[in-house]
Amino acid sequence: MKRILLSITGTVLGLVALLSFKSHGHPLRTTGALPSAGLPAASSTAPTGTSSSPGVATSAPPKPGAGTTKTLTGQAVETRYGIVQIQVTVTGSKINNVSFLQLTAFDDRSQQINQAAAPLLLQETLSAQNSQIDTVSGATYTSEGYIQSLQSALDQVGLK
Amino acid sequence: MSAPITALPSPTPGARRVVHCMGTVFSFDVRTAGVGQAALDEAERWLHRVDEVFSTYREHSEISRLGRGELTAADCSDEVRHVLAECARLEVATHGFFSIRATGRLDPSGYVKGWAIERASDILVAHGSTSHCVNGGGDVQSVGGAAADRPWRIGIADPLRPRTLAAIAVGRDLAVATSGTAERGAHVVNPHTGVAPTALVSLTLAGSRLGRVDAMATAAMAMGADARAFVEGLDGIEAFAIEPDGTTWSTSGWQR
Repeated sequence: MKRILLSITGTVLGLVALLSFKSHGHPLRTTGALPSAGLPAASSTAPTGTSSSPGVATSAPPKPGAGTTKTLTGQAVETRYGIVQIQVTVTGSKINNVSFLQLTAFDDRSQQINQAAAPLLLQETLSAQNSQIDTVSGATYTSEGYIQSLQSALDQVGLK
Repeated sequence: MSAPITALPSPTPGARRVVHCMGTVFSFDVRTAGVGQAALDEAERWLHRVDEVFSTYREHSEISRLGRGELTAADCSDEVRHVLAECARLEVATHGFFSIRATGRLDPSGYVKGWAIERASDILVAHGSTSHCVNGGGDVQSVGGAAADRPWRIGIADPLRPRTLAAIAVGRDLAVATSGTAERGAHVVNPHTGVAPTALVSLTLAGSRLGRVDAMATAAMAMGADARAFVEGLDGIEAFAIEPDGTTWSTSGWQR
């Protein structure tokens, strides 16, 4: 008999949860600006990104002397519904800031979904660095593109 | 050291790849050292071949020509004949709730996608992989565990609560498929009535081989409220479901 464990979570689980986002229930953003999200950097380093609300994408340049802060650009990932490209700023192994370089929707419905999902995706990236899963069933297109672009950026610094 | 965004730390060197095919995204996460790009190249070529042969969006695919009567099954490739035979078996096993003519024209996509992922996974095994995960648009075939001492942990998205996972399926050699009312709306219909069922917003099936698991998920979703009893009767497959009011249920064979 195959042994498969089912763990009912009901827990907020950071990024992974974003894979299930729906557009309703979240205010749609009317701004055309691409959102970004940041966290204070590790205590040994000055903050490199501070915006936690949607706004103009910001990414801190490498800080002179810090040495370990890098800004990385993910692959532009095209899905059926649009193009997603992520930029991430990393200090050591910690993500300080993540933003969209591209978030293009091919249709109005996708645009609505993107607008609702984008701020969540960014914030959750920062809070989900220890999410305890390997992959997700039921994932959706925008988030897949987001994940893959982000992963390609992280691969550049070996955040594995 | 923080974990990567979607994943627990990969303890072994491996290979990743993203493939855009069949209108969705396939991601490969190979964790067996020494299994690399050549294996992924072959798996990727396989997915593109499946798209060429089986796409109902391509006018000249074998499936489109077969559907229009320009080909007979005997004219078709081994893969098409295999799929038609499997789909016929699935139709019987699901009392017609899995049907390649549910939409009125020949469309075996409900089996082909899961089967294509399953076979892509087999290609990696043939190249020596003993630990990998292939995710095609949210349907997952895994082999071995995530590490030598750790099973795969596959999150199940909750369509009703955007910031949560509903559950996590944990095991080795797991195939997991979710059918449901995703962000794009219902896409499963009851072939007997032509109506989209509303009893469940999400139904996840877990088993060993994704072709069968995915097709059974589609069929059980189409059954609506009868899905639970149906999956209880399936050997080697367990179900987790979310109802429109947020109530969840799961079949009895899950280990707790």
